[in-house]
Order: sequence, then C-alpha cells, then structure tokens
Amino acid sequence: MKIVIVGGGMGGTILGNNLARRLHRELKTGKARITMLSASDKHMYQPGLLYVAVGSMMPDELYRDQASLLEPGIGFHVDPVETFMLDKRQVKTKSGAVHDYDILVIATGSRAIMQGIPGLAENAETFYTEETAVKMLKRLREFQGGRVVITVGVPHKCPMAPLEITFMLHDFFKERGMRDKVQLHYTYPIGRVHSLENVAKWAAPEFDRLGITYETLFNMKEVDGKNKVLKSEEGSSTKFDLLVAIPAHKGMEVVEKNGLGQNGWIPTNRTRLNMEGQENVFVLGDTTNLPISKAGSTAHFEAETLGENIAAMVKVGSAVRDYDGKVFCFIEAGKDRATYAMFNYTTPPDPKEPTRAVHWFKVAYNKLYWASARGLL
Amino acid sequence: MMGEKRKIDARGSFCPGPLMELIAGMKAANVGDELEVLSTDKGSAADIPEWVKKVGHEILATTEENGVWHITVRKAK
Ligand SMILES: Cc1cc2nc3c(=O)[nH]c(=O)nc-3n(C[C@H](O)[C@H](O)[C@H](O)COP(=O)(O)OP(=O)(O)OC[C@H]3O[C@@H](n4cnc5c(N)ncnc54)[C@H](O)[C@@H]3O)c2cc1C
Repeated sequence: MKIVIVGGGMGGTILGNNLARRLHRELKTGKARITMLSASDKHMYQPGLLYVAVGSMMPDELYRDQASLLEPGIGFHVDPVETFMLDKRQVKTKSGAVHDYDILVIATGSRAIMQGIPGLAENAETFYTEETAVKMLKRLREFQGGRVVITVGVPHKCPMAPLEITFMLHDFFKERGMRDKVQLHYTYPIGRVHSLENVAKWAAPEFDRLGITYETLFNMKEVDGKNKVLKSEEGSSTKFDLLVAIPAHKGMEVVEKNGLGQNGWIPTNRTRLNMEGQENVFVLGDTTNLPISKAGSTAHFEAETLGENIAAMVKVGSAVRDYDGKVFCFIEAGKDRATYAMFNYTTPPDPKEPTRAVHWFKVAYNKLYWASARGLL
Repeated sequence: MMGEKRKIDARGSFCPGPLMELIAGMKAANVGDELEVLSTDKGSAADIPEWVKKVGHEILATTEENGVWHITVRKAK
C-alpha cells in the first residue's frame, strides 16, 4: 500500500508520524510505504508569529528541520507537487518525479492574501509571515501614540488571532507606559466581537473594561492610505494611525490550478475527510473546505482520525472512526492570562475566566509543539 | 443574467459560523450568483438577513426543516 502525503506542515507531519508508528511492521515488511512531499526543508510553528510581532519570541525559535521531526520509516522529499493526476493515482513534482499512490493525503495549508483589498498591503501591518511579523514589531516599537485599528479579513486562519493581538497590543502599550496615548479600536466581520457566541460574551465586556472600542459588521473594502481611512463593505469608515490586519487567506495555488477546489479549498467530507468523489484521497488542515476553524488543533485532530483510519485500511481494509469536528483553541487574554475554547460539530465551547495557569500552559505548548509534531503528545 | 447556484453547508459550524462562511462565499461569487446557506444555528435566521440588508445583497428565501435553516441569498453588487 503506497501512501503519499503532500505537505509537511502541522497536519502532514502529525499524520505521517502517527501512521509510521501504527504501521511500523508493515513498513518493515514492505506491505506499506509512506512518502512525504513538501515545499520546504524547514517546519515553521506558525502560531509563534503572534509572539514575534510583540517581541516575546524570536523568529529562529519557530523553525526546525523537517527531516528531524519525522519517524525514520517516512520517505521525505523536498519536492513540491505540481500536478495531481487523480484518475491515474499519480502526482508529479517540480523535479519531474512521478509518484504512484494507493492513498493520497493533501495537506498543503493556506496562504495569507493582503492583495484582495485595495491599499491594504501598502498601509497595514500584519504578522502572518516571518517578514511581516518582524516589520510589525519594529513599527510598534517606533509608534508614538494615536489610533490603532485592528481589522479582520474573511476567511482567515486562526480564529483567536484577532482577539489575541488586540489584548496583546493593550499590554504591549501598557508595559511601555503609553497606553493612555493609544486608542485601540477593534473591528469584526459579523454582528458580535467573535464568531463563537460564548467567546464574544466574554470578550466584549473585557474590551469595555480595558477601554478598547469596537465596531461589528465591519468587512474591509479598501484602505485610503493618504487620508489614513479604512472603509467597510457596510458603508462605514474609520480613521487610523496604525492599521493591523488579520489577512484573508486562500488555499494554495496548486490546488486551484489542478481544479481540485475553488480558491484552493478542497471539497471534503466532514466525517470521513476524503475529498468529495474520491474514495482514496484524503484532505486535512487548512486546505479543506470544512466550515470549521482553520487552526493547528483542527489539523492535529483530523490527523489523529486519519492516522487511525488509514492504518486500519491497511490492516483490515476499513476505516474505523469519524471525525467529529473537534477544535481546541487557546485564547491569550493579554501577556499573562489566557483561556481556551473546545468545541465540535455538535457542542459549542464554554470558555472559562482567563487564568495565569492557562497562559503558562500555552507558553509551554509553544515549546511542546515539537513533541506534538513528532507524535509524542 | 442567470447566475450560478451554490450551497454552503455550514451545519454544525460554531466557528467561523454560517454568516462568516456566507461572507467568504460572497467574496468568491459573481454578481447574480445565488448562495444557499445551510445552518443549524437559529441565530442565522436573524443575523444573515441583517448583514445581507446592510451590504445591499438580496434574501431570496428563508425556510426551516428539521432544525436546519436554508437561507438563499443573491449577490447583488
Ligand atoms: C499568525 C498565526 C497564528 C496562529 N495561531 C494559531 C494558534 O494559536 N493555534 C492554532 O491551533 N493554530 C494557529 N495558527 C494556524 C495553524 O498554524 C495552521 O492552521 C496550521 O499550520 C495548518 O496546518 P496545515 O498542515 O494545514 O498547513 P501548514 O502547517 O501551513 O503546512 C502546509 C505544508 O504544505 C507544504 N506545501 C505547500 N505547497 C506544497 C506543494 N505544492 N507540494 C507539497 N507540499 C506543499 C508547505 O511547505 C507546508 O509544509 C496560526 C497561524 C498563523 C499564521
């Protein structure tokens, strides 16, 4: 059984290691083979970018060599896929190599898009890449005061990032002794301050308490850089001295080019995680079209389900369980307190009051992540 | 002009939720396209029309069947 995993990010790596453990005998005897094709020899811990933007992590802490994270049985190639030939059960890579598969897994992630909104890329700070996060940190350090507007693209990855960066900016300016010189204004696309109702119920009074103003039903339309005004689809506008954007994202171009899904989102069965219409092609992480949070934890839980199912398919010829839509997100409520939200397709979250303990657990997780990627946690 | 018809299956979506899924779908759609959102959140019956009206799109139908709301919207601009 030839298993090919396309993408060596959070989802692909956790799945690859999970499978290599479950199938170690089959890998030895040659009954199963796992190949991973990725676009980079480095693995980035993307959640760390939020901390880089406020100066509490350095970029070099976010990377490991991908090969060092993988179980020995996995054949790893830095050779991105360019063509998916699903009818022939083959993929073709940049180097021209053709890989046959019995089971294909696509976990190519997503990319932030600033270009969709006129004026945004030129006038806003963001932190969704290493380069932009470092630039944002420098800009924050130079900022002398004024109106900071946080704006949120749709769809975006990491649903907690808008709230987290806002609370972290509050603490950043407070620590620098200039919170009174800064007006923080948060905007959000739907009619409350967060998509999770219980999180919104907690965050809105928290904003009030911290003197953070907010406007809901605000979807960015364009940025007038000359007059420093952000305009919304809904017809309102807001002035800024510093604009911080959570960018919209799309799946990878290769997915669109191969006709696998509009905007790079692959139509995916919500419980089996196979690509619609393809029994032996599975999808996980940011590139699915599932209506759930685009987050590392989603990729992680999907990878665990697929690990069990694909191993069982090799061993007994059948999947064994359904993915239930499970997501777990930490929510940083500033620089030293945090809470979390856990939910699935049927049960909404019930976040508790933020505590220092949860914050320190998140800080620890920023390191423990590497154990989790290796499949040890 | 007849647009395309598409379904957005946002059942069981707490986050990003049906409205955010619709906003994303609208961005990817062309003027004249019809999007039918499926939602198990009864709040959608109120918050989707509110946003659609505010932005100037058009609600074509809202029905409920066995706890699933079907809200059909036409992209008007
Ligand atoms: C600023 C920021 C903060 C975040 N915070 C959190 C958080 O607090 N909690 C949380 O749970 N999540 C968070 N996330 C989200 C999380 O990082 C992603 O959801 C997660 O990485 C998705 O995993 P993935 O495997 O789908 O994609 P990725 O991890 O992005 O991996 C994609 C992989 O595919 C490879 N690839 C791309 N194209 C090809 C190709 N053509 N062929 C082969 N390989 C290819 C890439 O090289 C990469 O290895 C955050 C993200 C950002 C940007």
